Amino acid sequence: MNRGEYLAWGAGALVMALLATVPQWLDNDYYLSLLISVLMYSVLASAWALFSGPTRYVSLATVAFFGVGAYTTAVFGEALPWAAVLLIALGVGVAMALVVGLATLRLSGVYFVIFSFGLAELVKQLVTWYEVNITKDLGRYVFVDITAQDIYWQLLALLALVLGLRAWIARTRLGLALRVIGEDETVAVHVGINTTRVKVLLFTLSASFMTVAGAIMAPRWTYLDPTIAFAPAISFQTLIMALLGGAGTLFGPLLGAVPLVLLFEFLSANFPNHFAILVGLVFMLIVYAVPQGISGWLRRRKPHDGGAQ
Amino acid sequence: MNPLDILLAGSTLGGLYGLIAMGLTLQYGVARIMNLSYGEFLIAPAFLAYLGVSAWGLSPLLILLLVLPLGFAVQWLVYQLLLTPLVRRTGAGPALEVDSILATFGLMFVVQGIMMVAFGGNYHSYTYLSTPVQVLGSTVAANRLLVLGVAIALGLGLYLLLTRTRIGTVVRAVSVAPRFAPLVGIDVRFTAALAFGLGGAMVAASGVLVSMFLPFSAAMGTMFAMKALIVVIMGGVGNLLGCLMAGMMLGFAETLVATFIDPGLTLAVNYALFLGVLLLRPTGLFGKGAR
Repeated sequence: MNRGEYLAWGAGALVMALLATVPQWLDNDYYLSLLISVLMYSVLASAWALFSGPTRYVSLATVAFFGVGAYTTAVFGEALPWAAVLLIALGVGVAMALVVGLATLRLSGVYFVIFSFGLAELVKQLVTWYEVNITKDLGRYVFVDITAQDIYWQLLALLALVLGLRAWIARTRLGLALRVIGEDETVAVHVGINTTRVKVLLFTLSASFMTVAGAIMAPRWTYLDPTIAFAPAISFQTLIMALLGGAGTLFGPLLGAVPLVLLFEFLSANFPNHFAILVGLVFMLIVYAVPQGISGWLRRRKPHDGGAQ
Repeated sequence: MNPLDILLAGSTLGGLYGLIAMGLTLQYGVARIMNLSYGEFLIAPAFLAYLGVSAWGLSPLLILLLVLPLGFAVQWLVYQLLLTPLVRRTGAGPALEVDSILATFGLMFVVQGIMMVAFGGNYHSYTYLSTPVQVLGSTVAANRLLVLGVAIALGLGLYLLLTRTRIGTVVRAVSVAPRFAPLVGIDVRFTAALAFGLGGAMVAASGVLVSMFLPFSAAMGTMFAMKALIVVIMGGVGNLLGCLMAGMMLGFAETLVATFIDPGLTLAVNYALFLGVLLLRPTGLFGKGAR
């Protein structure tokens, strides 16, 4: 690493430390919960971009992992210590991602998209079936002794972890391999990259962050049923945020998450009935107007950089 | 449950899945656009039929005839207005696949949201021809037989249109060789819009058929789109007969599982079938060798 990079890592650590002090002086529950939303979607969008940014495989399954994480907390939260719950969530997420990844990522990207499109629905049906037939009770209460401040700090730590991981991967051989896969998969195979292994590895990493985020967020709900835990809107909003910011860059997903969480908060407060329509329109606007994301757009404004992806 | 009941239930459901997927395979095979909003354009005509029958006292069959041109026009417009800019922007390259998936995903939320506002999230249904009919010792509702009959007629009509007419030959040419079709004077973009419209007509008709014998809700489109996608991939993209076979497989698998194991596990069976086929034959059961 050169001096500039040491500086960048130092600055990043400093910003994180400053953000960690926020709950100490912020004495307002509404703003804290808004910040938690921002953090949650920052983690989800960054985790989404971890896999989908460089490889350009669109995953529509974010909430499948997120919901499984939330359910892990609902099931084990009362009986086990918090760290054990998070570890179990991590394990379940990794196992699920490996099964899905190994089955679909060997094939062309479209199969993966289709499978991820319905994965949340599948998991939701299986959980519903299990709850109705085995436990005889569709809903669950989440009894965990975790405060909003704890959730804030844990999400912040998770965000630091996912950003650090992305920054680190980008400078390794793995990151290079990913970018080659994203540019042209056939070329990647020909230069000797084991594309399946790279894709499955990254998909699993990305999914494990989503699962743990779900486990951390579960205490916010207190009551959980499959419709809440596996709400398709979570996948959808994560995707929009990552795309708006630009999934190819390190801070792109944050650039998308911060304004859109605020916008969606405003929309859901003022137009609760028309929320889905408005979100859909915002999404299409982004696909048509800022296809490269905000970061891509900013880069194109600097003439010396070329900017073509 | 007697075997004949299962045969009838399975083939009705399978025929319906096959029919729904035929429109999608046409859209994806010719226009190369994976239309995730496909299911919403099945549910919207179903609501139209619901309105027509319960509020205006029309016959669902009349509505079926009406939605054929309507569905064509709507999907043709979707292609011309929403997707043509993406085709132009990406030069029909690999980025088109990602961009069109995203655009239609957004469209899905918009249309679904509109239906939610208009009709709420509850299940809707109307009764039409629910009189029981005896078929070889088994009892079925007349509307199911009608659905089966119309599905066969529509599927056969599409098949003949594609294989026996000049315009059908053009559509198939674009599906087989999109880069070489212009060399013999075929307007690829016009043909793609046409195929998109044809798919729209098929899915609209399927929607009216669904409304005749199944309760439906605004949120159900995703599930139908998912099943249609599975059938299209299983049958091999662009292959109508493959669609029918894969649809039948899915219909029978669902009926068997719902009858003998648990109705709550039908989607899991769909996925298991899908994954099984993908792992054994990545290009689908009846697909060509190369990807």
